[in-house]
Amino acid sequence: MSTTPPIPVGATAQPPAAPSDAERIARLRQPRMRPGRWIAEIGWRHVVGLAVVVFATFPLIYVLSASLNPGGTLTGSNALFREISIANYVDLLSDPRRPYARWFLNTMVVGVVTSVGTVFLGALAAYAFSRMRFTGRRIGLLSLLLVQMFPQLLAVVAIYLLMQGVGEVFPLLGLDSLAGLILVYLGGALGVNTYLMYGFFNTVPASIDEAAKIDGAGHARIFFTIILRLVAPILAVIGLLSFVGTTSEFVISSALLTSPENLTLAIGLFRYVSEETSTNYPVFAAGAVLAAIPVVALFLYLQRYIVAGLTAGSVK
Amino acid sequence: MAASAPARVRPRMLSGTLGLVAKIALLAIVDALAVFAILLLAGQGSWIVVAVVALVTVVVNVVYLLPGRFLPAKYLTPGLVLLGVFQVFVVLFSCYIAFTNYGFGHNSSKDDAISQLVEQNTSRVEDSPAYRVTVVEGAGGLGLLATSPDGDVSVGGPEQPLQELDEGQYDDEGGVAVAADGWTTLTTNEIVQRQSEIADLQVPFSDDLDEGFLVTADARNGYVFVSNLSYDEEADTLTNTDTGVVYVDGGDGAFVSPDGEELRPGWQVVVGLENFAYPFTSQSFGEALLSVTLWTFAFAALSVGLSFVLGLALAVTLNDPRLRGRNVYRVLAILPYAFPSFLSALVWLGLLNTEFGFVNQVLLGGASVPWLSDPIIAKISVLVVNVWLGFPYMFLVCTGALQSIPEEVTEAATVDGARGWAIFRLIKLPLLLVSIAPLLISSFAFNFNNFNIIYMLTRGGPRMGGVEQNVGHTDLLITLVYKVAFGGEGADYGLASALAIIIFVIVAVISAISFRQTRALEDLN
Repeated sequence: MSTTPPIPVGATAQPPAAPSDAERIARLRQPRMRPGRWIAEIGWRHVVGLAVVVFATFPLIYVLSASLNPGGTLTGSNALFREISIANYVDLLSDPRRPYARWFLNTMVVGVVTSVGTVFLGALAAYAFSRMRFTGRRIGLLSLLLVQMFPQLLAVVAIYLLMQGVGEVFPLLGLDSLAGLILVYLGGALGVNTYLMYGFFNTVPASIDEAAKIDGAGHARIFFTIILRLVAPILAVIGLLSFVGTTSEFVISSALLTSPENLTLAIGLFRYVSEETSTNYPVFAAGAVLAAIPVVALFLYLQRYIVAGLTAGSVK
Repeated sequence: MAASAPARVRPRMLSGTLGLVAKIALLAIVDALAVFAILLLAGQGSWIVVAVVALVTVVVNVVYLLPGRFLPAKYLTPGLVLLGVFQVFVVLFSCYIAFTNYGFGHNSSKDDAISQLVEQNTSRVEDSPAYRVTVVEGAGGLGLLATSPDGDVSVGGPEQPLQELDEGQYDDEGGVAVAADGWTTLTTNEIVQRQSEIADLQVPFSDDLDEGFLVTADARNGYVFVSNLSYDEEADTLTNTDTGVVYVDGGDGAFVSPDGEELRPGWQVVVGLENFAYPFTSQSFGEALLSVTLWTFAFAALSVGLSFVLGLALAVTLNDPRLRGRNVYRVLAILPYAFPSFLSALVWLGLLNTEFGFVNQVLLGGASVPWLSDPIIAKISVLVVNVWLGFPYMFLVCTGALQSIPEEVTEAATVDGARGWAIFRLIKLPLLLVSIAPLLISSFAFNFNNFNIIYMLTRGGPRMGGVEQNVGHTDLLITLVYKVAFGGEGADYGLASALAIIIFVIVAVISAISFRQTRALEDLN
């Protein structure tokens, strides 16, 4: 289901740390280098850094410029920031054949419901695996590890035919329904996240549960009021990654959704821009910028946590 | 917070009751939906599905209603039910579909196919009497209210044969029935709007489709149409009454004439290994599939390899505390990773446009390099775009891994006489690979099925010549599955599922390797 790289299990790397005090002092104590040595040791690093930054940011600058350029076609977009207007944004939001606002809303609804549901279902299962001992536990964990290897998108044909059948009984959940799509995504929830969460649940000492149990708390109370709060930060990160993965998902959603007002951003914008790339590009660029700004902002804001989540899969 | 004893107890009682009420309410909703589904499914005669739904419902009720027992199941059931349906079942279902001819022209049962064939091949009976008709709508859709030349009135729809009405059950206007009980008469406006729907309407005279249909072109006069195909139940054959040709069930889910002509639509049958054998029986498709498979491996390996090399090089370069502004470089370099990935490919679609794109027009001064439409260049383009997308991730994890290597290791190596490059190659790189290798494998598995980047940039194209299916030079296995199933050119679900199973097998092998690598199995207890 996820279209971000899978969250790795087994990495032991640490998130990049800010320079420590010792490093700062070392830097201050350094004598001024001769220019030749500076180029050999530091200068070239700036050159490489700049080159990579240009490669990395250039397409993004281009799309920003294209969205602000009132030229109306792709050719006009080639003059970076020559003219600035919001014509494309107005155009984007005013054409009823291309209900961008509706797509945006659909994407948000699908993304938020799926990621909240995913985190909740995953947390329930992880709690059972981490805190209870029952027959079939080891097999269950192993099967989840195995299931996690097979992304849902491989079975897209079967999912399509299944939803066709479901639609005959519950039309609200069948083809071309966002609720049905969310249900399909939630089916992938356990497979993708439980094992990761299981690792984090294990980091919460069992003595906390026992203390609560002695005070008279039931299992549900321990789960909702104690464990969930203790692992909340990591749940947020997993939820965010699941949100990003869901909103980028293309295969299943494009097989299931058909009518224009039910599309998500990924399908809607793809169909729009690929049908007539050169004339539709500026308006697409406006749509892309609007869709990307919240995601990029959130990502940069939470960067440190996300990196920790990415690399700390098996922290015990 | 006041923590007096009574205050502490009361909310708990409340939440206990609330929890119970919520539980009962949720269970009631689930049960109601299940009963509804069972009734509908039983009506359709899908007894296996009825049994499964009933079983799951009983299990869910037992788990949540029996106090104190099945505690882990209370936490696992919701996720497991969804997992069972939308991940495990669909995989098994794919395996089943792979052994059938399910697809365009073969998507229903034999009975449906026969009635469709009969209905599709109707023509007007010459000199047949004209009925006066009124278009009406009932619970099952549109229908016709017909007044025969003799003055008899009957009503029916495509699924319910014409039924004679007694006087009093319909309204009469100048000898023509214009309204009937249980049906709504369409207004002139509605008739104009639903013209094509009305023209397609065929109402059978009786359950025996050979007796013909009532069809109207103008919503006023109806004529008798009969099919020139007649089904003989005992012999299981369809006979064309005009030409006398007899079509028999050929065993491949279609009626075939003696000289090999197939009637469409056919129906769904199990065809065994035919889908898996197809690449061998159709040589052109087999060769195309081989090249797609090789390219899928090459794409995944090169994407991971190049992004890793670039990410690692950048991490090493920026990992020098004396470098000023390295946090700025770092944040800017990971921007492609933060940008929503479904948009990235589309952004590049504009950059790489042959006629008007920025790369050709500005960077290359008006060249017309076919970035996305030449077999070789398109492969390079998708790789470059994928490296652009993938290197920030590698940069992030390599930076993390590099910083976790203790400084003493480098110092010890320096004391032993090692210099810059040797320290990196012989000491840091092996240490780094220990923690990065599992990530490389999962990244490989991800890129193996990286549908978005390929489909959005090239849709798998440019198309290979000489192959019946739409196979392209940049197609991955997963985009090929999608195109064979939903590509619009004769959807073939059976073949698509067989291809998906090939991917399953490959992914399983990759997973087995990565299992051994991460040794995740040993951590489990």
